[in-house]
Amino acid sequence: MKQFVNIENIVCGYSSGFKLKEICLEIKKGSFTGIVGPNGSGKTTLFKAISGELSLKGGSIFINNTDTSKISSKQKAQKMAIVSQNTEIADITVEDYVLLGRMPYKKPFQLLDKQSDYTIAHKYMNLTGTVKFKDKLMCELSGGEQQLASIARALAQEPELLLLDEPTSHLDISHQVQVLNLIQRLNEELKLTVLMIIHDLNLAGEYCDNLIMMNNGTIHIQGSPEEVLNYQHIEDVYKTVVITQQNPLSKKPAVFLVSEKILNSKKI
Amino acid sequence: MKSKYLKWGLSVIILSILLIGTILLALSIGEINFSISEIIDIFKNKTGIEYTILSKIRLPRIMLGLSVGGALSLSGVILQGIYRNPLVEPYTMGISGGAAFGVAITIVFGLNMLIGSYMLPISGFIGAVVTVFLVYFLAIRKNHFNINRMLLIGVMISFMASSAMMFLMSTTSSENLHSIVFWVMGSLDEPDSFLVKVVFFSSISGLLITYFFSNQLNALRLGESKAKHLGVNTNLTIRVLFITASLLTGISVAVSGVIGFVGLVIPHILRIIIGADLRILIITSFLGGGIFLILCDLISRTIIAPNELPIGVITGMIGGLVFIFVLSKSKFNI
Repeated sequence: MKQFVNIENIVCGYSSGFKLKEICLEIKKGSFTGIVGPNGSGKTTLFKAISGELSLKGGSIFINNTDTSKISSKQKAQKMAIVSQNTEIADITVEDYVLLGRMPYKKPFQLLDKQSDYTIAHKYMNLTGTVKFKDKLMCELSGGEQQLASIARALAQEPELLLLDEPTSHLDISHQVQVLNLIQRLNEELKLTVLMIIHDLNLAGEYCDNLIMMNNGTIHIQGSPEEVLNYQHIEDVYKTVVITQQNPLSKKPAVFLVSEKILNSKKI
Repeated sequence: MKSKYLKWGLSVIILSILLIGTILLALSIGEINFSISEIIDIFKNKTGIEYTILSKIRLPRIMLGLSVGGALSLSGVILQGIYRNPLVEPYTMGISGGAAFGVAITIVFGLNMLIGSYMLPISGFIGAVVTVFLVYFLAIRKNHFNINRMLLIGVMISFMASSAMMFLMSTTSSENLHSIVFWVMGSLDEPDSFLVKVVFFSSISGLLITYFFSNQLNALRLGESKAKHLGVNTNLTIRVLFITASLLTGISVAVSGVIGFVGLVIPHILRIIIGADLRILIITSFLGGGIFLILCDLISRTIIAPNELPIGVITGMIGGLVFIFVLSKSKFNI
C-alpha cells in the first residue's frame, strides 16, 4: 500500500549540473510536511519535480496511487495546487483571481464562471478572510493579504495536496503567523495534505508535524521536528553553530543562532 | 457576478450599436452623401451608379476596415497577453517589417505584375510568414517556447528587415521608391473583392480560435508557470495563439499595408474602460478595432477630398490623442 505521496527514486535537475540524486520519499495523507535546508540544497528542485514544472530524468511520483506523469496537466491541477512566494499581478480583482482556481474544471468554450464556481471561490475567500477585499485589485493588497488570496485561489482548485513555496518569505512576523495559522487550520479541518518549503527553522518546527531536511540534492533526514531540528543535524547541514531548546508553551523545538563574537568570547 | 456579466453584456451591445452606426456613417459620407433612407432604397433597388458606389467602393472598404482593425486589435490583445507586456503590439514581432521587405523586393525586382494585382499582397504575406517562422523556430529550445527570447528575436528581425528595406529603397529608382512608400503608408482601398473576403473570413476565424483559448490566455496573465499550475497547456496555447496573431497581422498587412497603432491603442483603451479580463477584452477589442479603423478611413478619405490621406496618419493622431485622454482620466495602472 503506497502512502499518499510516494516519490520513488526520482532524478531530475538543470542543465547547469545541479540535480536531485535518486530521492525516495513518502508523505502521509493529511500530514503537514516542511522541506528545510540551506540555499542550493535542492528544496526548490524537489518542489518543481513534484509540481511537474521540472521533468523527471528517472523515477516516478505517485499522488494518491496515481502516477503524475500519466495524467494531463488539467488532472494534475485538480490533484495539487501551488502557492508561490509572490503573486506580482496587478490588474485583476481578488475575486477574479480566486476564480482562476476553477480553471482546471472548465470545459472548452465555457467562457463564463458558473454559479457553483462562485460559491466555491466565496467559500474559500471566507475561510481565508479575503472576501472583504474581493473587489480590490491584487496590487492594492499588502504582501500578506496577497498571500492569503493566493491560498484562497489554490483552495478553489479543491486539491488533495497543497504545495507552498516559502509562503512567508516576504512577510513580517504578524503576517507570517497569520498565514501559517491558516495553513495549519486547513490541514486540520479540511484534512488537506500540505507540503511546504520553509526557510525559518523555528516556524518549521512550530507548525509542521513532519520535516524533510535536504542537503546537496539528497534528503539528509526526514522525521518529526524533534528528530530533525537537532543541533547536530542543523550544524552538519547549515555549517552553523546553533542551540536548540524547547518552546516552553508548544514544547516544539526552537533554534537559536549564536554570533561569532559570542562564540569567540565563550571559547566554545 | 451579475454586475460583472451585465457590464460585459452592455459593453458588447454598446460596441455593436456603435459599429452599426459607424458602418452607416461610412456608407453615407463621401464625395456623394446619402441619407440612411436613401441607402436603404439603393440597396433595395440594386441599380444605378449609387448602388455601384455603395456596394463596390464603400462597403468593401468598410468590410476591410472592420476585418483589418479587428484583426490588428485582436493580435495586440493576444500578444500583450502572451508576453505580459503592455508595449507589445502586432508589429513588434517584425511581421510588418517582413511584409514590407517582401513587398520592397517584389517592387525593386519588377515582379509586381507577375501574377497581376495579387503579387503585392502575396509577397507581403510571404514576407510576414517567413518572419513569423524565423521568430518561431529561433525561439524554440528543447521543444519549449521561451517567450522573452521570442520577443527579443522578433525585435531584432524587425530591425534587420527595416535595414534591408532601407537598403533596397536607397538603391532603387524613384518610381519604385514611391511605390514602396505608398504601400508602407497603408490604405483600405482594395479593389479586389476576393482579397477583402479573405481578410474578413480570416479575421472571423482568428476570433473564434482565440475564443477557444480565451480561458487559457486569461490564466497566462498570472505568468507562464502559474498558468501551468492551473492545468493550462502553456506550450500549446502560446504556439497556437502566436501563430494566430501572426497570421492575422500578416494577412492584414499584406492587403492593406502597415497600419500602425491599432493593435497597441485599442486594447489599452478598452482595458481601462472594461477591465483586463481577456474573455471580454477579445471581443470588445475586435469590435473596437473595427470601429476605429472604419472611422479613421472615413476621415482619411474625406478630410482633404478629393485627395486621400494615408490612413496611418489618422490612426496615429486620433489613437494617440484618445489614448492620452483616457489614460489621464483613469486611475488604472499600466
